[in-house]
Amino acid sequence: MNAKLVALLIWLPLASWAQGFAGLGIAPDGFSVPAPNPTFNFPADDGAHPDYRIEWWYITAILTGDDGRDYGVQWTLFRTALAPVAGAGWSAPQLWMGHAAVTTPTEHFVTERLARGGVGQAGVVADPFQAWIDEWVFAGSDDNAVLRAAGPDFAYDLQLRATGPRVFHGDGGYSVKSAGGQASYYYSQPFYQVTGMLRLPDGDVAVTGDAWLDREWSSQPLAADQTGWDWFSLSFDDGSKLMGFVLRGADNYTQATLIQPDGSTTAFANGAFAASELVRSDVAGRAVPTTWQVTLPQAGIDVTVSALNTQSWMETSVPYWEGPVTITGSHSGRGYLEMTGYE
Amino acid sequence: MIGVTASALWGHWRRNPLQLFTLLAGLALATALWSGVQAINAEARASYDAAASTLGEAQFDRLVSRDGQPIAQSTYVALRRAGWLVSPVIEGRLGGVRLIGVDPLTAPSRFAPVGLTDGVDLQEFIVDGGRVIVAPDVQLDGALRDASIAPNTAVADIGVAQNLLGRSGEIDAMIVAPVQPLGQPPLDQIAPELRRQVAQDGSDIGRLTDSFHLNLTAFGLLSFAVGIFIVHGAIGLAFEQRRGTVRTLRALGVPLRLLVVLMGAELMGLAVVAGAIGVGCGYLIAGVLLPDVAATLRGLYGADVTGTLQLRPVWWVTGMAVAIGGTAIASTAALWKLSRMPLLAGAQPRALAVLAGRGALLQAGMSVLLLGVAGVLAVTATGVIAGFALLGALLIGAALALPIVLRGLLGLAERRATGVVVEWFWADTRQQLPGLSLALMALLLAMSANVGVSTMVSSFRLTFVAFLDQRLASELYITADGAAQADAMVAYVTPRVAAVLPIMSTQIQVAGRPTDVFGARDHTTYRENWGFLDALPAAWDAVHLGRSVLINEQLSRGASLRVGDDVTIDGQSLQIAGIYGDYGNPIGQAIIAEPLFQTIFPDITALQFGFRLQQENVAGLVADLQTDLGFSSDALIDQAAIKAISLGIFDRTFTVTAALNVLTLAVAGFAILMSLLTLTAMRVPQLAPAWAMGFTRARLGRLELLRTVMLAVLTGALALPLGLALAWVLLAVVNVAAFGWRLPMYLFPWDYARLGMFAVIAAGLAALWPALRLARTPPSDLLKVFSNER
Repeated sequence: MNAKLVALLIWLPLASWAQGFAGLGIAPDGFSVPAPNPTFNFPADDGAHPDYRIEWWYITAILTGDDGRDYGVQWTLFRTALAPVAGAGWSAPQLWMGHAAVTTPTEHFVTERLARGGVGQAGVVADPFQAWIDEWVFAGSDDNAVLRAAGPDFAYDLQLRATGPRVFHGDGGYSVKSAGGQASYYYSQPFYQVTGMLRLPDGDVAVTGDAWLDREWSSQPLAADQTGWDWFSLSFDDGSKLMGFVLRGADNYTQATLIQPDGSTTAFANGAFAASELVRSDVAGRAVPTTWQVTLPQAGIDVTVSALNTQSWMETSVPYWEGPVTITGSHSGRGYLEMTGYE
Repeated sequence: MIGVTASALWGHWRRNPLQLFTLLAGLALATALWSGVQAINAEARASYDAAASTLGEAQFDRLVSRDGQPIAQSTYVALRRAGWLVSPVIEGRLGGVRLIGVDPLTAPSRFAPVGLTDGVDLQEFIVDGGRVIVAPDVQLDGALRDASIAPNTAVADIGVAQNLLGRSGEIDAMIVAPVQPLGQPPLDQIAPELRRQVAQDGSDIGRLTDSFHLNLTAFGLLSFAVGIFIVHGAIGLAFEQRRGTVRTLRALGVPLRLLVVLMGAELMGLAVVAGAIGVGCGYLIAGVLLPDVAATLRGLYGADVTGTLQLRPVWWVTGMAVAIGGTAIASTAALWKLSRMPLLAGAQPRALAVLAGRGALLQAGMSVLLLGVAGVLAVTATGVIAGFALLGALLIGAALALPIVLRGLLGLAERRATGVVVEWFWADTRQQLPGLSLALMALLLAMSANVGVSTMVSSFRLTFVAFLDQRLASELYITADGAAQADAMVAYVTPRVAAVLPIMSTQIQVAGRPTDVFGARDHTTYRENWGFLDALPAAWDAVHLGRSVLINEQLSRGASLRVGDDVTIDGQSLQIAGIYGDYGNPIGQAIIAEPLFQTIFPDITALQFGFRLQQENVAGLVADLQTDLGFSSDALIDQAAIKAISLGIFDRTFTVTAALNVLTLAVAGFAILMSLLTLTAMRVPQLAPAWAMGFTRARLGRLELLRTVMLAVLTGALALPLGLALAWVLLAVVNVAAFGWRLPMYLFPWDYARLGMFAVIAAGLAALWPALRLARTPPSDLLKVFSNER
């Protein structure tokens, strides 16, 4: 039996399979739980919060190459804790997982890394900011950060420059995920400008575009009945952006944040944002929706979102779909879509 | 009708329980030996596979330090942060158990632990004190058992293993994942102190111990062949004796096809029963022998084999298949003859396999053909399969020729006979030969196998002793922990010893083969003790001038190199000055002068040393090294002790084969006993005239005994050259094809004489009871021969 697969099946305690997607719905015994009205301190909160069970640094970039084609890039570092202490050495209970992907209209490259915390192989330092796993790195300051990752058949080296402030989702960064009250701390930096280089089997491509960083940490972000979510980050041509997600469970729960070019936000509670699938595609043996109708009537948004490459399946230990999308309808633009829990 | 016919056929066995017993026991014995050997081999192979996959030797490249020292954990992190996908491994011994530490997150798939059991939580494995997973034969409180872990091994998280071994911050090796990312810098930019060890095809331990297992398998095959001879005899006899029954049944209207089918089914049923008994006995034999085998393999090769036997399908299924298949083959001829028998043929049972006419010519022809094939193969055979084919052809050809040769010898003796009794004796022996021929063939095979294998074993032992003397020439061997301790030790010891001989080595590819390269100091120890298979004159001088290299037989055979050829050692071209024997080593070996070694491999320092001193000073020096320099007793080995241990292990290895020797001889003796017993009833009309003319029954009994013993002696005399030929094939063809080295053949006349004596005693014992029975035949039975009242 694949030892690594088994190791990851017990990545989160075994009972977890019954509780929400990837075990994110199990009770947070011993770990800290997000509370309403949070205050954030930077740069400290850019770093890790070991007393929370799960955390990530999630970058998605919508790019255009010097060959005129559209590209999407993903760089993700997940932290999960087996116990609510930082620990040191091999017995540290922190486990790190990295996902990197590049999507073109015709191809999708993906790779994964795993590492133990406590020995230096992976980690996040808040100041000066550095997040790394093996040779992958996301480091630097707001106006000058590097983003690098490599897999067996692709690599990228990008420079990021933030041109706007961080935005906080939900209620000042306290983002509720279900009617039962499960929540996480959630903020984003959606205003990165990107230049850099992609290394692909067909050759190197110089790229420019925008990137979006999601930062989220919690100990029980899902309710037990929630099987997955569909998450949209949409960048419209008029400079505004929309973050919206649908958590699928016994009843669907939605949330959205409308972000203006100057960084001001409007939060929308459950029910305001809606997404309905239009087209399903056959992806990795599953039927996954790849074209959506996304509406936020209170903001006059009614758009069709369709995948740049329907085969953007993340073939990782815990698989999901993630890829760039194009937007048409009341607004036009590009964005990223993540869909989890489709079996 | 079927039921009645079946019961009529079965009635024969009820009236002749001895024949039934012969059939069942012969087949069961043969199957027992075969499946017992297969069970031992299967258990050992499973252990080797578990060991190989537990350390990933066979599948993955590894990074190890050039000087054989542990690697700092920070090197692992540095490599990962540079884009090398490697996984750390630490290994050590804890109370005799081998402990392996791994990182489950970075270990490539199919790597240890083979089958992380469902009961283990990652949290338990890593965080909460660290759970250990052990092989079923290891005793450890609180540990989880998993049958797929190699024997005598425990697996733990690397951090836990580091703590248990007291080596925090150290690792021993790194497994290189098969797929690496783009943009990886070369190894020597990040960690120049490491080298990459390429994955080896197949298990190293498996290759080393192949010779041992080949030995066992050959024995298993042989025992089975002997057993099949017994079965063939019993079946043939049963068929002959049922001719009357068959004739009656057919006259009553039973179709021939039904009869053949029923007899075949009956035999298959008996084969299944005997096979099952045989497999059960095989399990017992293997269970008794396995702990010895395991201890031998551990001591001799460092291979961990479990001492407990598991019921694996491979050997009991093949055991049953071989029993049923063997019976099917043995009974084909008899069934075929039965189906061709005319309905009204005579009902008198005839003596088995009358050796006249077409039957004899056919057998002689087959024998000549097989021996011819054997002769051709002896010259041309180069592979293992060809070697075994040669063995098979030789043995079967000789066995088929045996009755013909014996008959010729007996005929010769008869013509030279003076006196009536002697002439009658030879003639009667010749007449009895067909009935005994199968048993004698079995005896021939068993004896020649004993001669052949014991010659091989004894040659091996003799060569091994000389080899040990050559290689373990120094009186004391020491292993230091690091360069500093080594230097301190050399400084301390030099005034007290006659010579210090450092042992430095590294493994590289030479002529495309993995090879250990050694650097040798110039000293008479090597010049005097080293034996060569082939060498230039003054070979050692050439080596110490830095121009030449010595290679072992495996490298010379494997890469087709001869003395005088040039070979490249790490870029330097050297001439081969000599080839030496290196028994049991699966890879190549090369020796160059010490200064040259230090030039080519400057990073490698010697940590092992041999010291030359007077034997009586060894104990004193050992004690002083322990007290003054703090060496542990593990690090100091004196040569006399190593030799004694090696030889002890060697002898134990062949205890197993000695046991099998005895068993095969017993099987052959059993065959003779059974043949004689079943022939007793038929002997009466042949002996009655002799009795009527004045022989006493006691004298007839003694003559029977003498006859059997004499036949055994003749067979033994013929077994000797056959056995020597067998030994030659094993040493010169099979061993070379399988392992790449050749053993010289020595002869051991006393061993052969002793074996001959045992065989004669076995035959005599086997013949004793039938002779007694004959001597006690009631006179009325003998008289009835003349009055047709039988």
